[in-house]
Amino acid sequence: MLLIHCPYCEEDRSELEFRWAGEAHIARPENIAAITDEEFAEYFFLRNNEKGLTYERWRHIHGCGRFFNAARDTVSDRFLMTYKAGLPKQSIPAAEEATAVAEEKTVETWEAVEGDAR
Amino acid sequence: MAKVKADASRALPLAGFHGGSSTVRLEAAPPVERISLRASADDVPALSRALGLDLPMKPKTSATAKGRMALWLGPDEWLVIDDGKGGLMQAAASSGVTHSAADVSHRNTAILVSGPGAVRAINAGCPQDLSLAAFPVGACSRTVLAKVEIVLLRTGEDAFRVEVWRSFSDYAFGLLAEGAQDAAL
Repeated sequence: MLLIHCPYCEEDRSELEFRWAGEAHIARPENIAAITDEEFAEYFFLRNNEKGLTYERWRHIHGCGRFFNAARDTVSDRFLMTYKAGLPKQSIPAAEEATAVAEEKTVETWEAVEGDAR
Repeated sequence: MAKVKADASRALPLAGFHGGSSTVRLEAAPPVERISLRASADDVPALSRALGLDLPMKPKTSATAKGRMALWLGPDEWLVIDDGKGGLMQAAASSGVTHSAADVSHRNTAILVSGPGAVRAINAGCPQDLSLAAFPVGACSRTVLAKVEIVLLRTGEDAFRVEVWRSFSDYAFGLLAEGAQDAAL
């Protein structure tokens, strides 16, 4: 069972008390009626779905009920940091470096290791 | 039209339930008045004065005064319980400050869990650390009990109050009864 640190309850709680709430730091456009359909689709539907370090909103729904932000590694499922909603995106140098290194490495594809190309 | 009997009384959802084991006692709590209170930090002093107790501001803490209890649920949210004369809604309204109070007296019911096996019985479905260091007497928290949400309050070293929605109370009581059996093994 994962333990998640709630920044409002100031302690680690079981993952059973939390719910995922999508990607964090997506600002609603101020001129939403004026933007094009493409720009609206970009804001409303398209998400980065990053491998490695990702910033997400979580909600302590069966605890204090508050939304907060979390930096999470989608490969290891580790929560690297949680912080209160409204705070700017927090930087996590070690995790950012690890993600950059992973991206540099050649991606292991089926063609490369199993297919005819081998 | 049928005449309402003068001696009509409301039956508690857990009326007649009993359970427990050699180390845990389970009982349905008597009816109380409850409000779900929400307010911003600026308005807390006025509400505290109106309610006659200091609304707790720290996570996992509660306050008790003259038959009233206030349980911290979130940074701007409390569950206030009155087992005396009642009048919580009127008291909150008399504060004169902006707040939201909803009478949830009959939304919740409560189960009293006591005895040396109480912690183990609750931990059968609740993942929180209930050691006295992490969850001292007076500590409270909204959390989960298996598949239902509860508000847990420690009323003594070996005693807890489990506030649960009335439609889930049958399930919560059954689960605690199972936990009580396991705690006695």
